Amino acid sequence: MFTGEASLTRSKLKVRLFLLFPLLVLILFLLNISLGSVHIPLSDLINITLGGQGDKSTWVNIVWQFRIPKALTAVLAGFGLALSGLQMQTLFRNPLAGPFVLGITSGASLGVATLVMAGSLIGGLINYSGVSSWLLVLAASGGAFFVFSLVMLVSTKIKDSMTLLVAGLMFGSATGAIVGIMQFFASAEQLQLYLIWTFGSLGGLTWEELKVFSIVIIVGLALVITLMKPRNALLLGEEYAQSMGIPIKKSRIFIIISTSLLAGSITAFCGPIAFVGIAVPHLTRLMINTSDHKILLPAVGLTGAALLLICDTIAQLPGSQYILPINAVTSLVGAPVIIWIILKRKNISKSFAG
Amino acid sequence: MNSLSTISLKTSEPVIETKGLSAGYIVSGRKRIILEDISIELHSGKLISFMGPNGSGKSTLLRTLSGIQKPLKGTILINQKEISKISSHEIAKSISVVLTKNIVPGNLSVADLVYLGRYPYVSWRINFSKNDHNKVEWAIEKSGIANLLNYKAFELSDGQFQKVMIARALAQDGKIMILDEPNAHLDLNNRVEIMNLLRDLAHSTGKAVLLATHELDLALQTSDYLWLLSKDGQLSQGMPEDMVLSGAIDEVFEFKGYDLKTGKILSNPYRQKINLTGKGHSFLWTKNSLERNGYSIGAGADISIMVLYQDNKLTWKVNFSGQERSVHSIEAMLSLLENQT
Repeated sequence: MFTGEASLTRSKLKVRLFLLFPLLVLILFLLNISLGSVHIPLSDLINITLGGQGDKSTWVNIVWQFRIPKALTAVLAGFGLALSGLQMQTLFRNPLAGPFVLGITSGASLGVATLVMAGSLIGGLINYSGVSSWLLVLAASGGAFFVFSLVMLVSTKIKDSMTLLVAGLMFGSATGAIVGIMQFFASAEQLQLYLIWTFGSLGGLTWEELKVFSIVIIVGLALVITLMKPRNALLLGEEYAQSMGIPIKKSRIFIIISTSLLAGSITAFCGPIAFVGIAVPHLTRLMINTSDHKILLPAVGLTGAALLLICDTIAQLPGSQYILPINAVTSLVGAPVIIWIILKRKNISKSFAG
Repeated sequence: MNSLSTISLKTSEPVIETKGLSAGYIVSGRKRIILEDISIELHSGKLISFMGPNGSGKSTLLRTLSGIQKPLKGTILINQKEISKISSHEIAKSISVVLTKNIVPGNLSVADLVYLGRYPYVSWRINFSKNDHNKVEWAIEKSGIANLLNYKAFELSDGQFQKVMIARALAQDGKIMILDEPNAHLDLNNRVEIMNLLRDLAHSTGKAVLLATHELDLALQTSDYLWLLSKDGQLSQGMPEDMVLSGAIDEVFEFKGYDLKTGKILSNPYRQKINLTGKGHSFLWTKNSLERNGYSIGAGADISIMVLYQDNKLTWKVNFSGQERSVHSIEAMLSLLENQT
């Protein structure tokens, strides 16, 4: 009967999930570190990544101090953004929800804007030639945490998730407005510094920073994984979920905490990265036709990592000296992807309420 | 009636029992009581239809009984245990629900959907045991949805989806199933099918099945008990037939132009009396059509009609003051009557 058939499709899916998807990410990872403004032959590249030496001593530096941290950042950020997008889409049963609907990114930008544009008022904290990257991370985290606290305050008071969606959007607008006012009064240098941050950047993380970043991401991902069951139950709505013994309020709060942790830390370390969180869950659902989070979870994460690696490869414009802002590239890639899916699937909201 | 129902009620321990229960909402700190002093019992193996006009508080009571909403006053005992002392996780192992407003999780397959019923029994890793698989298979077979398993939820019709939701509730395998208008928005065939399914489930699985419904005639014919909620919040209960004969149902629904005891819409005769003879369904439906058109049926009339089979053909012999004519449909019979009078 059905168990046979179901397990057949399940096993096919497992092959895809545990073989093809990771393989794709690995290939894209290698492609990503092999391309760049400096050409390094493949044989040297493999040699260097395996701990050996290349033809030129600078190559070792380029690969280990720049390219590999950047590619790792892309993998972690892609994984985290895609999964927090998936969580928000399920919680709010809204195909347009993403990691940033809670206003976390706006909070991070508020923190950075305060540091960059209002910092000089506080007492010449900043010298414009180079803001310490740790300081930026701290400011962004602080801002994200501020908005996160407000969201949590609201979420313990409310009964349904839709109210939270509206509240999140309002927080986003309000913090955006405050940043706007700061920009109005800022000097040209301050403005430029802030603008550069909003472009987003996957590079520039030192191994030290990468260590902290990956610990935070892994904690966030672990939370996301433990929330599979409530998210699946939530597909039927909150009342059904409760009747199945799911503690709704607690689950909702942990979904918010894990999303904030992921989205907040990614924005803090890489700046805002648009569209990955919204587009990847849809893209994944198109490839593996299911809403079951147990299958979606690894698939969405790996697709997110793959997409961000592709975007980063495009951003560094192989063979040229220029690096495009990653935030612009993800939007340029993400928007057509979403339109294509809408046209192909006819009705994107079928995933939530057919 | 009371002594009878008490005897049968005492035969088993109730799976749900309430004492002096008040149900309602807390709106901005203030209690809004909708139902007061409700004392009811729910027993294994019985189908109970819960009826009452819109807005009388049926859903509120169902949600309170199933633990989705907290009682404002009084006690609810589930398997003899006070509901506030049982975790929502444990309640889920006793009570499963089917709700009116369904959110269709489009991309979930029917099989996955039924498996959701096993969630109270699995850890966060969602690994199903042999027992879980067996229960799901059993629920699928019992509710007759094996042919739907490879569909996605959004491909199902309303009736099919409701059956899948019943299978999901069945897979949850508690002693109690609570359904809030499971046959709203369904066509007659599906409504009958769902009611029959629920009755069979109650009788064959020994679960207590409680459902809110507006389908009076279906409820009367399928349920073991009726709960009736009047507009002013009075709850009366009993076997359906007892409730009909005692007039309790008429009181609650305040029927206009419907005679519950005969199951007919009232009609006032404004034409002649007709002497009708015949038997079985053909007699009944002929009588229906005549009464609907204002004739009355009785002896000693000028016109007589005989319904019978002649040469294997259903025939109406209309005798109008000695003149006899045969026709082969009710429509022809009625037009004959109209032309002759």
